[in-house]
Amino acid sequence: MATEILMPALSPTMEEGTLAKWLKKEGDTVKSGDIIAEIETDKATMEFEAVDEGILGKILIAEGTEGVKVNTPIAVMVEEGESADSVAAPAAAAAAPVSTESESTPATVAAQAAPSPAMPRDVSPDWPEGTKMKTMTVREALREAMDEEMARDETVFLMGEEVGEYQGAYKISQGLLDKYGTKRVVDTPISEIGFAGIGTGAALGGLRPIVEFMTFNFAMQGMDHIINSAAKTLYMSGGQMGCPIVFRGPNGAAARVGAQHSQDYAAWYAQVPGLKVVMPYCAADVKGLMKTAIRDPNPVIFLENEILYGRSFEVPDLEDFTIPFGKARIARAGKDVTIVSFGIGMTHALEAAEKLAAEGIDAEVIDLRTLRPMDTATVIESVKKTNRCVTVEEGWPVASIGSYISSVLMQEAFDYLDAPVINCTGKDVPMPYAANLEKLALTTAAEVMDAVKKVTYK
Amino acid sequence: MVRKTTAAKPKSATSGSAGATASQARSNTSKDELLKYYRDMLLIRRFEEKAGQLYGMGQIGGFCHLYIGQEAVVVGLEAAAEEGDKRITSYRDHGHMLACGMEARGVMAELTGREGGYSRGKGGSMHMFSREKHFYGGHGIVAAQVPLGAGLAFADKYLGNGRVTFTYFGDGAANQGQVYETYNMAELWDLPVVFVIENNQYAMGMSVKRSTKSTTFFGRGEAFGIPGEQVDGMDVLAVKAAGEKAVAHCRAGKGPYILEVMTYRYRGHSMSDPAKYRTREEVQKMRDERDPIENVRTMLLDGKHASEDDLKAIDKEIKDIVNDSAKFAAESPEPALSELWTDIYADA
Repeated sequence: MATEILMPALSPTMEEGTLAKWLKKEGDTVKSGDIIAEIETDKATMEFEAVDEGILGKILIAEGTEGVKVNTPIAVMVEEGESADSVAAPAAAAAAPVSTESESTPATVAAQAAPSPAMPRDVSPDWPEGTKMKTMTVREALREAMDEEMARDETVFLMGEEVGEYQGAYKISQGLLDKYGTKRVVDTPISEIGFAGIGTGAALGGLRPIVEFMTFNFAMQGMDHIINSAAKTLYMSGGQMGCPIVFRGPNGAAARVGAQHSQDYAAWYAQVPGLKVVMPYCAADVKGLMKTAIRDPNPVIFLENEILYGRSFEVPDLEDFTIPFGKARIARAGKDVTIVSFGIGMTHALEAAEKLAAEGIDAEVIDLRTLRPMDTATVIESVKKTNRCVTVEEGWPVASIGSYISSVLMQEAFDYLDAPVINCTGKDVPMPYAANLEKLALTTAAEVMDAVKKVTYK
Repeated sequence: MVRKTTAAKPKSATSGSAGATASQARSNTSKDELLKYYRDMLLIRRFEEKAGQLYGMGQIGGFCHLYIGQEAVVVGLEAAAEEGDKRITSYRDHGHMLACGMEARGVMAELTGREGGYSRGKGGSMHMFSREKHFYGGHGIVAAQVPLGAGLAFADKYLGNGRVTFTYFGDGAANQGQVYETYNMAELWDLPVVFVIENNQYAMGMSVKRSTKSTTFFGRGEAFGIPGEQVDGMDVLAVKAAGEKAVAHCRAGKGPYILEVMTYRYRGHSMSDPAKYRTREEVQKMRDERDPIENVRTMLLDGKHASEDDLKAIDKEIKDIVNDSAKFAAESPEPALSELWTDIYADA
């Protein structure tokens, strides 16, 4: 049976090309794999191999022809004893992939890509009224959460640098090796891309790893696995390959450790679909959210802070205390302005709110706690009441969490705003070492107060 | 270019040479096994030829990396695997999927970006998976699958299930740093993983000779205490024999093993590669003298295991499977637009 040879697409973007040269002539026998022609694309001259066997019956496009569209018949292959003339006028090019829906529909779907997907707002208290409280540090809350989850689920294990025998570079994992042994508390060599990948593979293989980065600065070495391997695989596999893993460790500036060890990655990770991102402030949130993170079937980035590790807070004394993702906390109720923050930014937000109260400005302070999913509904509700908003974070200003919140407010609460949203952020510089410059590079309660006065026109 | 034909001269870092085991294997191989290898390799070749053709017709988009010429590697190693063993590889993954029993229809429909594809059209050529067949992808970032494969083996060891993971990567990937971080940890923790270096001589357009000073990749394991050997990857029986040895090592709890399988890719790196970095003659010589499918075909005919007619019947059977997969891939609808928003998160 005669078959047409069509002008091939030889690159992802090729639409037409030049038929530079025929290497077989009419009447030649062609075997699978033989080069029959040379075709010039916009990038290169490519050899065109035959797929089927037969005789080159007729050449339809002469060599030297430019602008030959992909899928145009360029020759006819025939079998022994067959005439090329049996193929009449070249048939239309092969059908393009059939679209199941009309051209106009994608627009409606694309509209969903707008920020702030409406999530039902959860306003329930995090623990029942009257619950007995205990005081503990953020460090203790982290350890207790991991300990409880390791006791609860055999597949949970901790891996990272110095998590075992050294008892944790920041003593977060103190005592866990003695309790769970080397099988479940795994000291790794200094190989961030390696153990980020091994942890991710172990999660794909059915375990629930907690991967500790000594600091998130070093996670950049393993970034490919966090983004490309952990976050995207469920989607790329059509829902087959879940990756339940927690990447955790201190994030952001500590004190006087210079540019390479002082960076807030909140906005980086919060941008990635497939990841969940948590950046808690107080010990109760740390505990409840870490337990949720370990149980979550998706990759979770858990951003801690070295300065907060030693701070004490009240934590509910409950047997199994968890906090759901995507639920902000109103840390202080107020009516004049909404201050939105998370992580260590909350220290500046709360300090500013207390001082502003003394000056007669009643600020509402919202702790986002999780950045993805983000409870923008709570922020919008608050701004509808206060009509003003200031965001506070340690990270850089460009494409920050604050700029995202500003954009959501413009789209969802524009008519309620009485002033532009101001973002208090770290300065747009690498972190300097000198004490005075480092202080200048970070945002402060004083800056937050100034911003609040601007938006309240005081 | 003597280097490029070392496929015929495997070296070994351990006692005994793979060549000897291969000839032993040859005499022990049954007719049914040979026919299975022939069929499995031919399916990969015909499938890839069809994929190339559909790419040319614009039905397959983006990148498309064909496995033609390397069929004996994956078919030989699958013959050494047991049910439940895992495999993970790079973006040149169609052959691995067919060899582990994934359906030609599902693979081809993924190539055309259709609902009937293994990832429902959301992964494409480089990103397909099957929990059922223990195939963990399909990874587009060169060498990323190496620590991931060791991680799968970490999970198996942790769970104590006796499974082994085949982690495939190329000579190009062998120059990525994460491979060596992984070697160290895999040996440190005795992970049951076979590292399979498919040395097809070219990392895209860069020959091993140009990219690498010390060109015996399996030998790099020595620095980490991992045994390994070089295998003739154009000989399916040699690959199988080496694979069995490697798997036995892993299953015995002795940690990882490296197989450097000397093979050759007939086609360009991807569909848009004009392959100007090697001569046409070099490719033709390999096709004429070392073709893995022709090798088994000769064994079948010489050993009187099959007649020309028997093999023609197999050819026809394979052609039908491939044509059926192409038809399915053309007719399967594009994914529903709502699919854009699914599978981003698993339900908590």
